[in-house]
Amino acid sequence: MPAPTAAPAPARPAAPAAPPAPSGIRFDHVTVAHGRHGEHTVLDALDLTVEPGEVMALLGPSGSGKTTALRAVAGFVRPVSGRILIGGRDVTALPPHRRGIGMVVQQYALFPHMTVAGNVAFGLKAHRTPRADIPGRVAEALEMTGMAGHADRHPRELSGGQQQRVAIARALAIRPGVLLLDEPLSALDAQLRSGMLTELARLHRELPDVSLLYVTHDQVEALTLADRIAVLESARLRECGTPQQLYRAPRTAFTASFVGTANLLPVTVRGDGAVDFAGHPLAVPTGGAAPGATATLCLRPHLLTPQPGPGPRANTLRGTVTEVQWRGATHRLHLTAGGHRLLADLPELRAVPPCGTELALHFAPEDASLIPAGLAPDGPHDRPADGTDGGPHHA
Amino acid sequence: MLVHSAAARRVIHAVFFLLFVPLFALPLLVIATASFAGGWSGALPSAPTLAHYRDLARGSAPAALATSLLTALAAGAAALITGTWAALAAERLGRRARRLLDTLFLLPVAVPSVVVGLALLVAFSRPPFLLNGTPQIVITAHAVLVTAFAYQSVTAALARLDPAYAQSAAGLGARPATVLWRIKIPLLLPSLTAAAGLCFALSMGELSATMMLYPPDWVPLPVQIFAATDRGSLFTGAALAVLLMATTLLVLLGVSRLRTKAAYR
Repeated sequence: MPAPTAAPAPARPAAPAAPPAPSGIRFDHVTVAHGRHGEHTVLDALDLTVEPGEVMALLGPSGSGKTTALRAVAGFVRPVSGRILIGGRDVTALPPHRRGIGMVVQQYALFPHMTVAGNVAFGLKAHRTPRADIPGRVAEALEMTGMAGHADRHPRELSGGQQQRVAIARALAIRPGVLLLDEPLSALDAQLRSGMLTELARLHRELPDVSLLYVTHDQVEALTLADRIAVLESARLRECGTPQQLYRAPRTAFTASFVGTANLLPVTVRGDGAVDFAGHPLAVPTGGAAPGATATLCLRPHLLTPQPGPGPRANTLRGTVTEVQWRGATHRLHLTAGGHRLLADLPELRAVPPCGTELALHFAPEDASLIPAGLAPDGPHDRPADGTDGGPHHA
Repeated sequence: MLVHSAAARRVIHAVFFLLFVPLFALPLLVIATASFAGGWSGALPSAPTLAHYRDLARGSAPAALATSLLTALAAGAAALITGTWAALAAERLGRRARRLLDTLFLLPVAVPSVVVGLALLVAFSRPPFLLNGTPQIVITAHAVLVTAFAYQSVTAALARLDPAYAQSAAGLGARPATVLWRIKIPLLLPSLTAAAGLCFALSMGELSATMMLYPPDWVPLPVQIFAATDRGSLFTGAALAVLLMATTLLVLLGVSRLRTKAAYR
């Protein structure tokens, strides 16, 4: 294996000039089931489109089907029904090696008996890249991930973060149209993780045509990196939208509590464009919700303030402090309000209210969002059990 | 370490040596000593001599050693290939089919090797399967007997192999054959060489099935040892035994060197 370390590669290699590989992924009613008679559904009729060049995060707790969805794209699990298209081509029946994907898994799976350069060259050789082009392509991929100086090392000589970079270089070297990332950062410590997130965002800017399917259970990764997030729970797609949509106006209680922290309060819609919480009227945008309907009010803990803001008088929630946690930049207050638990993240307090203090918290109407129907369980951040999806969503 | 105190460790070491020395080391030492002895009537052997080895060099021992080596190499190679192939194939089987295959490969171990020898003798004594009286029937018997061990060790190694390697390779565009030869086999290499060494050693020492089958022109060393001691030439038998041990040990050492070279983690 010739050492591609010395190659005077440009500081920022340009995106591949070759005709772009087919990009974009479409799940067309994809169902995956296990068990002898397929009685164990792990992915239920998933319909989802990842546009060319888009970063789609599959977000959900373990067992939600997100990894299964990714493995179905890679070809490691065969759907019992539905189709998977990559770049418009139906690949449902194709074996993994003919799908033209790049993939990075949680534990990297670098081949321990090959050098870093050998690992990166493996995919190129498998794709019958002309022999003369391989060293250049290997150098380019390693340069992109900042691993050019380690081409002759073996994986065991590298740290976790370096192995991760090599795994990404290996996946990118074949210039795939689709890059699948299966919890790629979960084996790294917190500091490395945020660094790698920045790196991944930069890589994607350099390869704007590549579709990224990013499986994670970490909302920070999803919010940071994704153009859109698909929230999965119990084998079902619950909601799909931009990070801002899901964060500011979640349509299900599950999304509200999984994407960021949320206070979920059961309310009744009143006739006058307000809702009723435990006997108190709160002014929030009710949309088209019919008067008398039950709904769930979603309030982000950091948007609650102890003083009313300027402008029109904000809504007030009265609660009793039950616990105070210091979190560095903020204090997290646990309260009980109207028989429901409530979280409030306040900028670090000079005078910490002792437990048992009565506190009035305010929020601006535009900071609240109303989740139609669906009764949220008691408790601000507990993840609801199955079945909270609650019927059709009102626009 | 389970035992921490120095005294307890000394006791454990003492027990180990008390068990190990009389059971493993001493009998081998006795054979080695006997092979150099002109006589052994007292507590210790007398009249040290190299005559037994000189006799071996002139007699049929070199041919027997070559026979044993060829048999063990051929049977070991056949067993390794068959066992590895079966273990790789078994990965794709359903649970029930897999248990059947496991049982099938366990049979030669469970059945006494004399019975395996007899079975082959009966099965291959008539045309069109006439192997009786040929070296091939000895090699076949050895291969049948040791394949189980190759199958078992490769199966165990495969179970430990992270499927993510093969999947990553396939994801990178490698055909199944490429995945097998460039990823799986290299990653299994340490286990494969260990299995090869085991098969070779077992075949080198095989006697009972061989006794049922060997033709006059294909007499492996263990048969010669048996024959020598049977007719009362204890010291010649001892010299033959030392030859067998030394050769097997030498090959195993070579294989273990290969193994440390192949081990990468």
